Amino acid sequence: MLHIYCPHCAEYREEDEFHCAGQAHISRPLDPEACSDEEWGEYLFFRKNPRGLHHELWVHAAGCRKFFNMTRDTQSYEIKEVYKIGEQPSVVAE
Amino acid sequence: MSDLNNMTAAESAATKAAIMNQVPGSEIEGQSPLHHADFASLAQQGPKTGGIHLREHKLLGHLTLRCNAENAEQLAAVERVLGVALPLQPLSSVESGNYSIRWMSPDEWLILVPGLETFEIETKFRDAMPGHYSLVNSSGGSTVLELSGDNAVTLLQKATSVDLHLNSFPVGKVVSTLFAKSTATIRRIDEQRFELVIRRSFSDYIWLWIQDASLEYGLVIEA
Repeated sequence: MLHIYCPHCAEYREEDEFHCAGQAHISRPLDPEACSDEEWGEYLFFRKNPRGLHHELWVHAAGCRKFFNMTRDTQSYEIKEVYKIGEQPSVVAE
Repeated sequence: MSDLNNMTAAESAATKAAIMNQVPGSEIEGQSPLHHADFASLAQQGPKTGGIHLREHKLLGHLTLRCNAENAEQLAAVERVLGVALPLQPLSSVESGNYSIRWMSPDEWLILVPGLETFEIETKFRDAMPGHYSLVNSSGGSTVLELSGDNAVTLLQKATSVDLHLNSFPVGKVVSTLFAKSTATIRRIDEQRFELVIRRSFSDYIWLWIQDASLEYGLVIEA
């Protein structure tokens, strides 16, 4: 069970209250019409699956219902940091 | 967060958001989600002592307000309408007379008012609020339970993983969290007294769940 800090509620809650919404920092191409099929396919379907640090999008589903980002180690499950949408992570893989 | 819509209060009011008086008068009988449980009879016939006391605050007006916490004009307008300022601190609440406001999220508040005053307050909001905001009357979607008694904390500990110790859950704190297999917004009114805002569709489940969980303490229904 992960013990997750919600940056909006400003306190730790149990994992039950949260949902993971996949990889963070995926930006939609500004002009989808101008994308090649490969670029659009990359944006739509291809996700990272690293062993180690991963930036994920989470939502405090049973609490404040706000999204936030989390940097997590997929191997040890250790949560390195949480940060709000629009902020950049301070812990990144080399 | 930016205000997409920078209308003044008068301009906002002129857009005539459609609102309806859902409870035009007290002569119209309203049935709470726990109407079938008949708390009035249970209060008369049931046990008078026990570790858990349960009461339903039925047919209150539930208003969900979403606005910008950084917009001073909106905050001032709310204070003019309700006579009390929005709690901006996460997980906090304020109470003033019959009105109470709960922080739900950084841009969302739940306001509880007496059922028959709901329409009047909604109308006042429509006239007073400037800019981009949302006010929804969600009275029909939820109901309020009050749990108290010597074993109230122990009962809640069976239902939720939130830390209920007075140090981390002081009087006035509000959390939205899981309650058994449903969700609830729990507010501490007193050391041994909690208020639960629950979903209408889960009210029967929670009522059954509370009966089961309080078997070992004794359940007293109040009405």
